[in-house]
Amino acid sequence: MSIMDLDRKSPAKHRLQVIDCDIHPAMTSWKEIHPYLEKRWIDHLAVYGSHLRHAFSEALSHPRMSPDAARVDAYPEEGGPPGSSLDLMRKQHLDPNGVEVGMLIPLRWNPGSQRNLDFGAALTRAMNTWQVERWVKQDPRLRASVLVAQEDTDASVAEIDARGGDPNFTQILLLPRTDEPLGRRRYWPIFEAAVRNNLPITVHVGGTNGHPSTGGGWGSYYMEEHHMVAQAMQAVMASLVFEGVFERFPQLRVVIMEGGLGWIPSLSARMDKHWNRLRSEVPHVKRPPSEYVRQHVWFTTQPMEEPGSAAALLDLFDRIGWDRLLFATDYPHWDYDDPRYSFKANLTEAQRQQILYGNARRFYGFDK
Amino acid sequence: MTRHVVATVDQVPPGQRLLVTVAGREIGIFNIDGEFFAVGNRCPHNGASLCKGRIVGLVEASQPGSYQFSRKGEFLRCPWHGWEFDLRTGKSWCEPDRTKVRSYELKVEAGETLVEGDLRAETFPVSVEKEYVVLEL
Repeated sequence: MSIMDLDRKSPAKHRLQVIDCDIHPAMTSWKEIHPYLEKRWIDHLAVYGSHLRHAFSEALSHPRMSPDAARVDAYPEEGGPPGSSLDLMRKQHLDPNGVEVGMLIPLRWNPGSQRNLDFGAALTRAMNTWQVERWVKQDPRLRASVLVAQEDTDASVAEIDARGGDPNFTQILLLPRTDEPLGRRRYWPIFEAAVRNNLPITVHVGGTNGHPSTGGGWGSYYMEEHHMVAQAMQAVMASLVFEGVFERFPQLRVVIMEGGLGWIPSLSARMDKHWNRLRSEVPHVKRPPSEYVRQHVWFTTQPMEEPGSAAALLDLFDRIGWDRLLFATDYPHWDYDDPRYSFKANLTEAQRQQILYGNARRFYGFDK
Repeated sequence: MTRHVVATVDQVPPGQRLLVTVAGREIGIFNIDGEFFAVGNRCPHNGASLCKGRIVGLVEASQPGSYQFSRKGEFLRCPWHGWEFDLRTGKSWCEPDRTKVRSYELKVEAGETLVEGDLRAETFPVSVEKEYVVLEL
C-alpha cells in the first residue's frame, strides 16, 4: 500500500465539520405553538391577533429577494414555509454539510416587537418551549435560543432565569432595533441575567420594531434595506461600548449575527480615534473602544464578504481577529452561505477548521 | 465528442426545462420558444443546483423611472443568491466574463437519422417517428 492510498483513507481535508450558528426554523402556522401557549393567549390570538409596533403586522417591511426570503429550493414537498420541515433541513443541509451543531434563530412572529407586552412575553415562553419540543428533541444536533420580549425587562429576566442552565439553550436572542439603543440602562438587567446564566447575547439582523431602517426613514428598495442592516449593527456596537456596558458587565459576551463584516475594523478604528479626543465625555469608557470590541464581541460570517480579491478578505479576517469569526449559513434564507464555497480565498486547513467549527465550539462551551 | 440523446422534443415544451444526467454530469435542458439550450446544474458562484432556479426575462432601465423588459424566459436565476444567467451563452449578466456556467450545444434531430446513424441511445429508446434533442459532449 502506498502513501497515496493511506492519504485517501484519511479524508480529513474534505470531510466537513461544521457548527452552523444561524438556522431559521419556521412554524407551519400559529397552531404549532398552541400546546405551549397559555389558554388566555390562544383566545387573544384568535380574537385580536398579533400586532407589532409597526404597520402590516405580519408583513415584512420590504419585499424580500424571494418569497419568505428563502432559497427557491427550500420549500418542503409536503407544503409549509421553508424551514418548517426537519426532514428537508436534514436532507438538504444538516447531513450533507456535516453540521454537528446548529443554532436555531426563530425570526418571524416577533415576540420582542409585540405591542401587547404581556402577549409578547407569553409568546417568548411558548416559542422557547416550541424550539425544544419541535426541534431540539427531534434532532440532537440543534440548539435553541432564548427569545425575550426585551421592552419588558422583568419578563425578559424571568424567562432568561427560567431557561438558564438548560443545555438545550445556548444564547439569548435580541433584534438590533430596540426601543432605545441597546446599551441604554433600561436593558442592563437583561445583560446582568445573561452573565448570571453564562449565556451570550446574540443580536441578529431583522425586524424593525417600529423604527425605520435608516435614521432618515424608509428606503425604497430591498437592496437598499439589505445594506442598512450594517448601520443598525454599528449603532448597537457603539451604544454598547459608549454606554459602558462592557465596563459594568466584564463577563458579557455579544454575538453580532448577519450584520456583515467589512465595517467592523473601520468602526473600531474610528471609535478609537474619537476616544483619543473626546474621552472625557465618557470617562467610564476606560480603554480604547476597539479593545472592548476585540474582547467582548464575536461575529457570524454570513453573509460572507466578497471584496473582489482573496487578499482583501484575508486582511479583513486579520483585522477582525480569526478567533472572533463564527460560521453561519442562514439556512433556508436566500443569502445562504455554503461551507464549501463561500470563502473566496484559500484558507489553510487550520483556518477553515477554526472558522467552520473550532471557534464556535469553544465559544459555546461544547468543548467542555 | 460523443453525441447523447437526452430527450424527445415533446418532453420539454416551450418555457419548460428538464434535468438530465449525461456522462455523470447534471445538465439542464431548456426550451425557449422552440429553441433548445443546455447549461450545467452547478452555479459557478457557490454551487447551488442552478437549474432549480426561476426562469425570468431581462429588465433594464435607461434611466430611473423608465423600464424595459425584453428576452422573456431567456435567463435562469439561481435559486440561492439570484445570479442571472443568459441561457443562450451561460454567461452571468453582471459578470459575463468572470462568472459563467458551462453551456452545451444541442441539436434537434429526427429519429430516423439517429436510428440509422452510428448513435446508440442505450437508455433511451429511439423511434423513427419522433424528434430528439441531442447533446454533444
